[in-house]
Amino acid sequence: MSKLNIQLRDPNEIMKLSRLGSFHQSKLSFLRSFIREFKDWNYKRNSFDLDERGYGTAIYSFSKNQRNYSLVCFAQHINSDERSDRVIATKWDAAFVLHDGIPTKEDIKRLKENVPKQEVGRVSSKELTLSRANKSVRAFDHVVDSLSLGKQPDKKLLNKVGYLYRTTAVYGSGKFGLADRFRIKDRKEIYGPFRLEMMLVYLVRQFTFDQVNHIAKSKNPDKAIELDLNIARNLGIGNSTGLGMAPFIVNHPTLLHNWIYCREKALKQIRSLEKVDSSELNFFKDCLIKSKASINSWGTDSKYQGNKINSLKVGLIKFDKFLKNECSVKEKYLWNKIYIWAENNVEDECLEYIVSMMMEPYDDIIEPLINNMSSEEEEYFTIPTHKKVSELKKIIENNYKSIIKIDFDAKDSNFNFWFISKNKEEPRVASRYDEHGAELEQPLAIARDIKKLYEKIIKEKQTNTVAEFLLKNDAVRHVVRRAFIVDKFPYSEIQDNTIGASLVPIDMLRLKLSFFGAVKFDPRSDKWLRINMYQGAPLSHEMKTSNDTWIYNVVN
Amino acid sequence: MQSLSEIDTTSKRASKAAGFSWGVAEEIGKAIRNLELFGLSGIKNLNLYLKKIDENHPKKINKIDKENKDKELCPIYCGVAFLDQCQKLEVLKSIKFYNVNYPILILPFISKASEILGKKILVQFSRSSFLMNFNKSILLKNSEKQVIDLVNEISIEFLENENSFSNQEWKELYRLSEKTFVEETDSLKAKGAGAGLTDND
Repeated sequence: MSKLNIQLRDPNEIMKLSRLGSFHQSKLSFLRSFIREFKDWNYKRNSFDLDERGYGTAIYSFSKNQRNYSLVCFAQHINSDERSDRVIATKWDAAFVLHDGIPTKEDIKRLKENVPKQEVGRVSSKELTLSRANKSVRAFDHVVDSLSLGKQPDKKLLNKVGYLYRTTAVYGSGKFGLADRFRIKDRKEIYGPFRLEMMLVYLVRQFTFDQVNHIAKSKNPDKAIELDLNIARNLGIGNSTGLGMAPFIVNHPTLLHNWIYCREKALKQIRSLEKVDSSELNFFKDCLIKSKASINSWGTDSKYQGNKINSLKVGLIKFDKFLKNECSVKEKYLWNKIYIWAENNVEDECLEYIVSMMMEPYDDIIEPLINNMSSEEEEYFTIPTHKKVSELKKIIENNYKSIIKIDFDAKDSNFNFWFISKNKEEPRVASRYDEHGAELEQPLAIARDIKKLYEKIIKEKQTNTVAEFLLKNDAVRHVVRRAFIVDKFPYSEIQDNTIGASLVPIDMLRLKLSFFGAVKFDPRSDKWLRINMYQGAPLSHEMKTSNDTWIYNVVN
Repeated sequence: MQSLSEIDTTSKRASKAAGFSWGVAEEIGKAIRNLELFGLSGIKNLNLYLKKIDENHPKKINKIDKENKDKELCPIYCGVAFLDQCQKLEVLKSIKFYNVNYPILILPFISKASEILGKKILVQFSRSSFLMNFNKSILLKNSEKQVIDLVNEISIEFLENENSFSNQEWKELYRLSEKTFVEETDSLKAKGAGAGLTDND
């Protein structure tokens, strides 16, 4: 029991978008927990039927006991003018699907007709996740050319790009006919969140290495060499991410809570440790030193992100001095001292970085939390309508303190609207004063609607039941539901105005991507960014002996 | 085949487009998903009903009484209001709705109410009966039509939790189960938990 009685951090502070947009990957991140979960599974390349240009079909799998997951890859030729990272693209260099079990010939035929079409194709409940990717042409061609000439590629160029392929979407959970999550949720190996999406991306990475080796060999059978394993290990999979992720975190409130709550719980437990061993402190320092080398490889043209990286670097220089001069394992509650120092001396970007790093020495604290990071949203869907209006009022006042103070009559507070574009049904955000379509606004302006609800509630007879209130007020039903959810799950709500003029949508993406375990955030505007996943991760044949700190491997 | 997630999302969006609020549309998404999961024609009925109300959005229901009459009643507004007020309505034992459009669409809301109340609910219309089992299943009797566009009367009855078997049947089964027990001898009694102690202390 902690004598300090450290509390979980206040959701009103943590759930601000600027703070959520400063989160970094950690031991809780899904791609790291995926590797830990699947490291004792058997990896296999089941088939590799590519022509000399690298086009064709390949299958990879993970299996254990009677369970088998197969990634089916379809690589094709596309013209350079057809290659686009935007969701409106209709052709990709490669398309992928994760099949539940071992696909039959008929399955492969069916998938070949549908998977390359992505959103306009149909898959079945035998499939689990779906994705597509484009080559980073400059990196891919350079690697193929070099290998075919018997040379390893230029590391400098590869460090700058960081991957051979970029995915532009990874779909799961019922989309386009994929299996609904309820069909598979009882499988122990996928209790952790996004496991099958993480598996797909991991196997795609292996496919990219096999494909360049294969093309180089076909090009020059006598002279070609294979990509050096150290170089391959330092390549990940890129991803271009647009606004599709933003509504996800609003539409999955209990899931969002569980992610943040696990992070906050881990921090609380670590800060509550009275004694810190020198081995634990040294492990932390070691990860920190290695990670700083990675930070130096984070490149971006975005001023917004550039400032964030600078703020992190400046903070870490100050932190180094503090760590060297003022921290000793002889002190009680050393982590708490470090945390409080960070809170007072560095900006959010660096503070949250230190929080992530503090988790590194503590497998015993982190591992039990991983399986609590999924959620069954539907269990909390029903509104407890028997409750009194006075109870609802109290919930709003306690959980939306800063939101109910926002003046939504001000133009800037009501500036944007979220909508679904007809083209590919993708979420978008636009100014309601400059663009048409605001009448088809999606229910993502939670702050504004909570304020509307509050204004109605304070005028309502307080002894009425919520059921009675809803009979006359169904326009705010969606936020009544949310209010009762936030009462149980305090980290389920973004405590900010998601339609304000100062909204930076990529903060919402960054939050989700940090939990995925992405690094190298590279915003291309305030609405989309590129990232890297699995850079430094063990290669497929190395998984069984891999070490969880691979994420800090120096990129050389 | 469409996934349940697609059924939920598309039903929600279509219902919003047909004039329901987002909060009610969310309820409809889950309701249609459940109907389809139970093997009932959710999409078919919703599609037809939304077409019917394209020009004239239905009237909301202000209150639910023992008997509810109007020229035409909306199965969705009735269903949502029933679900919201189910704890209060339970004391009425039975409720009737008259002139309800596409009555199959009211069923998932009553099914959810059955789960909330922990009671089975019997719904009857057009000589068909539907027994709601705590939102785990819906038992159908004489339900041949996939679509009914209007019914004169829907009768809803809250059932007391009663056994579906006789005392005799229970006794017979219990007697058989006793064959897994060990007869307690004096020796076993003497050594059992609590033996030798007095409880009058």
